Order: sequence, then C-alpha cells, then structure tokens
Amino acid sequence: MREYKPKDNVQAKAYYNDRFYVAPQLAKLDPNSDEIFGSDVSKLKANFEILEAYIQKDELVIFINYSKNVEVLKFLRDELNYSFLMEMSAVDFLAKRNGFEIFYEMLSLTKRKRIRVKTFLAKGLAIETVENLFRSANFAEREMFDMFGIQVNNHSFLKRIMMPDDWNGHPLLKTYPLQGDESAQWYEVDKIFGKEAREIIGPEIRDSARVDRYDTERFARLGHEVAKGTDISKSEPNTDNHQFQEKGGVFLVKNLNKSQKILTEQERRDR
Amino acid sequence: MQQANRLRPFFENLAFDREDSQMIINFGPQHPSAHGQLRLILHLDGEQVVKANPDIGYLHRGMEKMAENMIYNEFLPTTDRMDYIASSSNNYGFALAVEKLLGIEEQVPRRAKIIRTMLLELNRIVSHEFWLATHALDVGAMSVFLYAFREREWALDLIEDYCGARLTHSAIRIGGVPLDLPDGWTGHLAGYLDKVERAVREDYEALLDENRIWKMRLENVGIIDQEMARSWGTSGIMLRGSGYHWDLRKEMPYEIYSELDFDIPVTDKCDSYGRYKLYMEEMRQSIKILRQLIPLYHQSEAKLMANVPQYISAPKEQIMTQNYSLMQHFVLVTQGMRPPVGEVYVATESPKGELGFYINSQGEPYPYRLKIRTPSFFHTGILQDLLPGHQLADVVTIIGSTNIVFGEVDR
Repeated sequence: MREYKPKDNVQAKAYYNDRFYVAPQLAKLDPNSDEIFGSDVSKLKANFEILEAYIQKDELVIFINYSKNVEVLKFLRDELNYSFLMEMSAVDFLAKRNGFEIFYEMLSLTKRKRIRVKTFLAKGLAIETVENLFRSANFAEREMFDMFGIQVNNHSFLKRIMMPDDWNGHPLLKTYPLQGDESAQWYEVDKIFGKEAREIIGPEIRDSARVDRYDTERFARLGHEVAKGTDISKSEPNTDNHQFQEKGGVFLVKNLNKSQKILTEQERRDR
Repeated sequence: MQQANRLRPFFENLAFDREDSQMIINFGPQHPSAHGQLRLILHLDGEQVVKANPDIGYLHRGMEKMAENMIYNEFLPTTDRMDYIASSSNNYGFALAVEKLLGIEEQVPRRAKIIRTMLLELNRIVSHEFWLATHALDVGAMSVFLYAFREREWALDLIEDYCGARLTHSAIRIGGVPLDLPDGWTGHLAGYLDKVERAVREDYEALLDENRIWKMRLENVGIIDQEMARSWGTSGIMLRGSGYHWDLRKEMPYEIYSELDFDIPVTDKCDSYGRYKLYMEEMRQSIKILRQLIPLYHQSEAKLMANVPQYISAPKEQIMTQNYSLMQHFVLVTQGMRPPVGEVYVATESPKGELGFYINSQGEPYPYRLKIRTPSFFHTGILQDLLPGHQLADVVTIIGSTNIVFGEVDR
C-alpha cells in the first residue's frame, strides 16, 4: 500500500515516531505568580474579555478576540506602558483548526516586561490593522500578508513585501512546498522568455537535490562542463575543472594554461 | 513581436507626464551605498525628498520556511547568513532561544558562557568598524575606510584562529561552544584590544570628530524623535540615539553580562552625528568588557557543552567509549532533538539592535514556526517616515546611519 502523505502539511516530518512518546509541555504559570503581570491581567480583565492568560518562560501570554485587537493594544500602550510593538506575525493552524494564530510581541521599557497578545483568526476573515498605533506594524503586517495571505483591513499600503508582486501563493503556508509549487517553476521562464518558450526551456529545477547530472543543456554540470547537448549517459568524459572552452574561445579571455602559472605547486605550498 | 507577459525595458526611472516639478527616481537596488539590495522609490521635488518607499526582498531566501524544514541543529549555520557582518550574534540569538525552549540555559558551562560573550563583543567591534568604514566611505571620507578595515581584519584573524571561519562563524552551538580557545589566544586578544583602542582614539575620532565636512553632513540629518523611535519599534543604537536608556545586555541580562562592569552610552541628539558618537563609545565599552573577560576565562573550569544527553550530544570521548551515548548521539544527529510543546520569544542585543527569535514548537524535531525579528527590518521601514524633507544627498547619510544589513532585512 502506498504511504499516506497528507496534503495539508507538506513540511518535513520526523521519519521515526515513537507511538508511546508524549511530548512534555513548557510550564504555564498563573499570571498572579508575578506581581506586575498579575495587576496587568486584572486591569485587562476589567476592560476586555480575556480568553486565557498564563506566564510561559517569563513572558505573559494573553488570548483575546480578534475583533478587539486594536482596543487591547491601545489599552496596553496607553494605560499599561507596553509602548513598543516589537514584532507581529502569524502561525498557520489551517490543518488542525482551520485558521491562523496571530501574535503581537509587546515590550515595556519601564516595567522591563514582555507581553505576547495572541488571537485566533478563522480562515477567510480579515484582521484590523494596528498601524495607527504602531508604525512598525506597517511593515510587519505587509510581511504577514505576503507570507500567509491574511488580509489586513484599513492598512495604508497592503502590498507584497518580500515576494514579487505577481507571485502565486503564500510561501509560509504549510501547504506550500519548500522548493515552491508548480507556478514557481514557470515564474522566471514566463517572465523572461514568455509562455510560448515553456516547451523549449522546460521548468526551472528549484530543488538542488534533484539536479540531473546527465543534463548537458541547462547548466546542471557546473565545474564539469561539456559541450552543449553532448550525450554523456554512456560514458562521462574525464573533464578537468576549467578545461572546457567554447569553440574559438571567449572574447578577451585567455585559456588557462597550467604550465605557465607563476607559482609551481611546490612554491605555493612553501609560501 | 511583443508578448504581453514578457519582461520589457521601460523608463520607470523618469516620469515624463507630470505637470509639477516632481520626479520619481529609483535609488538602487544596485546602488553602492544602499548597503545591499535596497530599492528606494523616491519622489523628488527638486532635490528634496517628498515621499520615500523602500522596496525590499531582493535577498529573500525564505529562512523562516527553511527553518520549518530543518532540525534545530541543522538550522544553526543558516543563521550565519542573516547579519553576515556579525554572524556569531545570530548564532547566539538562535542558540539561546532553543536553550530557553529546552530549559537548559542554566546548564551551559561557565567557560562556554565566557567564550560566547567574548565572541559577541568581538563581533560587536567588527560590526561597528564595518559600519564606520562603509558609512564614512558613503559620506566621502575615504581614508577612514582603510583604517577601520585594518582593525576589522585583525579581529577577523582572531575569530579565524578560534573557529576557522572569517565571515560565517557558526562558532556557537545549542548548549555551549564546540571548541576551547587556542593556546595564547587571550594574549593576542589583549594585544588587539590595545591596538583598536588606540585606533578609535587616534585614527577614527581624530579624523572625524571635528571634521568640518563630516559634521556638516551628519549633524541635524536624520532626526528620529522619541515618538518615531517608539512607534517604529527601533532598537539598539537607533533607540539609544533618541534618548531611550535601553540595552538588553543591561535591562534583561543574559550570559554573564550581569557580572560585568560597562556603561550604556545614550544621547538625546537624535541625529546621525549623535549615533556616530554612540558607535564609537560602544566600541570602547566592548573593549572594556573583553578586558574583564580574559581573567575570568583563565579562572573557569575547562568544560564547554551542557551535559543534557537527552538534547545535546555527549562529549566525543564518551561517545567513543560508551555504547548508550553513541546511540543517543546517533538519534540526535539523524532525528534531532524533540523540545517540549510551547513557544518562546528570546531577544538579544545584536550589534544592530534587538534580534529576537520566536519559536513555536509542537514537540516535533522541526520547529512548527520560527519567526526572526531582525532590527534592520524595522530600521528599513522607518526610512519612509525619516527621508521626506531631506535632500537627496542626505539619503545616503541616513541609510548609512541606520546600519541596515540586507541579509537580515530579507532573511
């Protein structure tokens, strides 16, 4: 029987799994175990619905409703002195829970504490921008949109930031393969030569582990070059590095002559 | 024949069909003082910048995606390629994040901690020297480049003596360091510190501090007020240059920084010249830290890796003599360690600012999500608020004074 390979998560997976292994949990402490966090949580709870709050590794984690993100962050900034938004992004939980977890890393200089505000966003929903509170969200939200395709409402310039504007797919989704999907294979061919050149050129080899060593048409033999199109499937010519030269040589480039080198091997070693 | 989808040359550098005197120009992506692959789309009115729009992604290699497909130890050499000017600081940020996730940060031996701190501070000097060299070159002070690169080469020689690499060190591992310092290394380090201390005083500062051109081009250029610095989440010297007294080495200490005696230089000048002074002062403080570390190193016990066989391979001698250690080592290499389920965000003070690693682990040998918070990413974003109002010639100064590295911006 063929091995079952889930399509909703194509990332690398452990080859061997012990059936009886239960992964330990990082301890989640009660927020009241820390004086500052305890009072912060009680103030937050008085104003907003806090779904969950705990301390993990010296950092307070709170879960909120996704529609309240602007209000909570504004409250944290103005009332509780968490005035820096250091980072925000998302985690893909589409396969397990059909949505994303979005996190905001906040920092307070006066309290010397960090808070992580987390929210769950179901697939297809959009989140409100916090750009008006923290300008740093301008770039961070663009990156989140680029990498996950999460729409951000009222963002001033929601455009792809890392990938090209006409790229298909969102690379950090679990359904997106590491070497890129099919449209990634054709992206540069289409862009540079046009779609009609697809049959002549063929798809781009994006997986470096899948390079065909017998392919003498498409730069697959760097350092072991032979003339274009030579059939080497029967026997490989014993080519030294830098030995192959195009017919007639390259304009203004001298063919390397090893015997004319300035230093002999012995001299080079003695140096 | 024209094809609709084919890449065609077009004159995007100039907009001819506008009524006003505005011009849109591309700054980069191949501009020598863009410090990498930065494309700035500048709207100019005469020589004044009206609007700036940084376009990044030319060096995007998908490191976060790669991390999801690698075991933790496998990803460590990849972090070298982020801030390639000071790669040990990236190695360290990642190693510390994984150690916190595993809960073994207390079990890293003292000697390893001292060597790590030495590497971090040496990297800080290297990074600041590189910054000074390229920044001065951009502004037009060519000789500084030659002096700063001389000292940088000597520091790289020291790092090469230690780990064999000059640029991509991978000298810090999860759980400690792989090697002890070679014989006589601390002596060479002490000699180097004397040289670099002299160079800061007699070469860089003597050339630049009272230099009329340098002051004219840097003073009151690129003013980041407190509100802008806060709102953009700046860190490192960009933050301290705006009057915030905040350095993670002091405020949230890691490694052995809490034992060391050093100062955090702060200025409320908010301009490029103030930040230049901070860089010089930070180099002095790094020299001070390194001098304190040399005797501490000699007092410490020769132990380099944490003894946690569940996560970290046992020492070589044990692997070669004991069967169970060999088996554990084999499992760790082929399958990787399985950290607990949970998430951590660990930030360290890299030479550029706050370098944070967010790791979401689901108990698998591969991280479920790894987000790298790099300071340069936000320091690039701030350009869109910082550049308008400045002259075109100041753009180069401002990019230089933000100290962005594109390996880190695009990841």
